[in-house]
This record gives sequence, C-alpha cells and structure tokens, in this order.
Amino acid sequence: MDLSNIAIVGSFETDLGVVTDRGPMALGVQATLGAIADAGLKPSAIDGLITCNSLVTPIMYHAEATAEYCGLTPRHCLSVGTGGGTTYTALRYAAAAIQTGLASTVVVSMADSMRSFMTRDRAMAVQSSSGHPHFEQPYGPTVPAYYALIARAHMDTFGTTEAQFAEAMVSSRAWAHQNPTAQYRERVTVDDVLASKPIADPLKLLDCSIVSDGGAAVVLTTLERARDLPHAPIVLKGYGEGHHYEHISQATDLTQSAAADSGKAAFEQAGIQPTDIDLAQLYDCFSPALLIQLEDLGFCEKGAGGEFLASGATQPGGKLPVNTHGGMLSHCHPGNPGAIFGLTEAIRQYRGEAKERQLPHLEHTLLHAQGGIMSSHATVVLGRAN
Amino acid sequence: MAGVDQLNQVYFDGVADGQLRIQQCKDCAAYQFYPRVICKHCSSEHLSWTPASGRGQVASFTVVRRGVSAAFEAPYVIALIDLEEGVRMMSHLVDVDPEQVVTGMAVTVLFRSVGEADPQPVFTPVVAS
Repeated sequence: MDLSNIAIVGSFETDLGVVTDRGPMALGVQATLGAIADAGLKPSAIDGLITCNSLVTPIMYHAEATAEYCGLTPRHCLSVGTGGGTTYTALRYAAAAIQTGLASTVVVSMADSMRSFMTRDRAMAVQSSSGHPHFEQPYGPTVPAYYALIARAHMDTFGTTEAQFAEAMVSSRAWAHQNPTAQYRERVTVDDVLASKPIADPLKLLDCSIVSDGGAAVVLTTLERARDLPHAPIVLKGYGEGHHYEHISQATDLTQSAAADSGKAAFEQAGIQPTDIDLAQLYDCFSPALLIQLEDLGFCEKGAGGEFLASGATQPGGKLPVNTHGGMLSHCHPGNPGAIFGLTEAIRQYRGEAKERQLPHLEHTLLHAQGGIMSSHATVVLGRAN
Repeated sequence: MAGVDQLNQVYFDGVADGQLRIQQCKDCAAYQFYPRVICKHCSSEHLSWTPASGRGQVASFTVVRRGVSAAFEAPYVIALIDLEEGVRMMSHLVDVDPEQVVTGMAVTVLFRSVGEADPQPVFTPVVAS
C-alpha cells in the first residue's frame, strides 16, 4: 500500500542522557505532549497512541496507561514490543492505523530510563531474557558477546579489522561533538577505541552503545490534514521488514542479515536506490551492527563495510552522513526507544534546525532499526511531501 | 533448569548421562538443534533422537572479558559450534588458551558444569595424535 499520503507533523525529544528527576512513564508523557504541541495540535485531536513498553518498569497496557496519564481518550491504543526495531515497526503501524481508519492522528511515543532507574534485579531479568533460556543462557553469554560472534565472523570472512570496527565510534563522536544534546561529545580516535576496556573480543567498551535516559515522540496524520499544520510535512516513502531468526545460534549466516530484505523492500516501495539517500540513520548498538547494515542496505559492497567506515564516508563532509545526532554510540540509548532519536534528528534536519551539523541538501532519509541480535529488521525511507 | 518441558528433558537427561542428543527427522532425514516438536525443514512431527558424534568445528567465538554475573568468572570462551551432523549450537570452549582459539578449529564434546548450572555440553580442541 502506498504510504506517501501519511505525514509526520510533530516531533519532540525530552531531556536526554542522565535524567534523574523523572522516570520512564513521566518521560514518555513529556514526549507525547511535546510532540502534540510541536504539531500545533491540542491533545484532544489525538485519537491513536502507540508506545513501546519500558524495560525498566514494564507494565501491562502501556499505551493505555500513558493515555490515561496524559488525559487522552484515544480510540486506538497499541503497545508494541519488537526490541530495538520497535520504533520503525510502530511508525508503520501508525501509518496502517490511519490508512485503515482506526485513527486519524496518531502519536508514536517511547521513553525509558536504563541509566538512572534500572535496578540490579531488573537488569538481571532483562539480561536473562536475552538469549535462548535452555540452549544459550546456560553458557553465560552477554549481549556484547552475541555481537562479538558476528564481528569475529566478519573478520574471518572478509578480513575486517578491529581498527575498522573502531571507526564506528570515531564517526559517531565526530557528529556528537556538534550536538549539544548528545550524552558523550568528546572526539575519539581509532587508538582510543582500541585501547578502551575489553568487553568481549574483538569488541571493546567504545565499540558498544551507551546507556541513557530519555524519550521522544512523533505525530502522524494524513498528508491532507498535514497541509493545515505548522511544519512542512515529511512523508513515508517506503517501508520493509526482514526476519531470519531470533537467536544468534540459529543464524545460518552470521555476516548477512535480514537488513538486506528490509532495505530492498523499502527501496522498492520508495522507487529509489541507495545512491539516492542523503542521510542514513542506522542502528549502531555495536560497531559490527553498523558496519553490516551499511553493507546489507546497499551503501557499499558486501564485505567492504570496514573500508567504507574507515574512508570517512559516514562522517561530517562524507558522501553518506550517518547518524548526524551521534547515534546510540554517543547520543542517547535508553533501551528499546534508541532508534527514535534517529527519526527526530532526521526531522530536525528536514526543518533546517540542525545548526552546525545541518546537511546542505536533504531529500531522502533512510531509517533502519533492528531487534534481537541482528534478528528483526525494519527500514523506512522518508522524503519531503510534493 | 527452570521451564524445561518433556521434550527438552530428553536432551538434558542425555547430558546427565554424558550424551549429546540431537533430533533427526524420520521423514526428511534432516538433523536439527535445538529440539522442536516439529521438523523445521519439513514440518513433520515424526522425529527421533540420536546421539551426536560430539565432533565439530568452531564457527565463531568470543573471549568474554566481562562476565554476565558473578557465577561466570571471566575470561571464558563462548563459541558457536557446527556439529558434524550439520547443526549449530552455542557452547563454551574449555581447556584451551583463549588466545589460541581460531575459527574452524576441530573440537569435541565434554560435559562440565558451567556457571552455577548442572553439567552442560562444552567443547575442547581435538589434539592431533
């Protein structure tokens, strides 16, 4: 179904980084109401709410509880949980809800407080929910270890080096350095990354995303309604998903992900090619994930992700700006909502409000998120309304 | 182990007896791991259990430097093992210098306690004789 009659009309980010004065629900509420105000709407205009559950304080009926807290009485509520891919799956659900008449104006809101509100018990519970309970967990794998298995396979198959993985953080910080809301802004070198604390070989601390508090929300409605609202509408041009497995021990190919499927579908629907993308907001939970997405989404040849990163292509002034906000490696990673800041940054770029890091030309943006261990992939292509 | 159903208990009973059991489909002859009530290749419900040879190769590995909990003392080596039968499983590599592990290394199964759990199948390099 054509998506380009669905527009994003509002966007808001809460305080980010270390936020101790409010927890996940309060951040989610702030994000929701902030996005509605940014869209130039009253809360009563919202008739659909889609949220992502909190890992820190999960609750039943998360979207409904968020609506109740905000004083909203929508006719459609949905709490989604597809891990890191949640943001873009939720965006597609919002479009579907509007296109099928479930709602006319939908907020997609997500927030969490992994940095300041995670208890030790809860952290253990989250950790033990990652991995197969009987055939992986008994071996004590960590989340970085899963990605390390992928990184090692990429090194063995394509000759990728640890220094090339390190370029992910170098690029991230080059952008974050220009973003006042980024949690970590200090530039780093490849040597800094290589010298950082070993976590799970070949990954070091600076190959891993940060842990944050924060939330954000966006408002979607029809392009027709969007014409009457304050911001120039951003439309959905294409969408795709891919799901090859859930548990890493069930992956038949450690270096080829279902991002190839999700990207292909999104490009086909948008009617464009990877070379048409002006901004790529990718899922940089760990350096090998970013590198493999660059390959599988078609921005470079398979196996050449390391060289591509090392060329500086993704950095300020490069041919493919990636994660201009700093991504989850530097900007904000509160858990499952991590990818939403790739979207809110893209909207900022479209509006010309990205200051130092403003891109001179922006027509097509690719957004990509994944859940599991390179398992569940969702790709969105955004563009300006005609 | 919490939540082990009758199907998976066959596997864990094997482990307790020092045997690595995997499933084979009676219809399409394919092996699979982890155990399922259906064959993931042809959806058949006719599955048998068979002892695996216990021999395989390292498909990928990582030396975990920061353990998941106090029960797991770092460093330890987590690996994906491709068994001779063509199935892959996660495990540990033991009795090996972590710096000497390479992808493709030939390994064989042992049964040993891991963390605080009962004995699990783990793997060690095959020593050339």
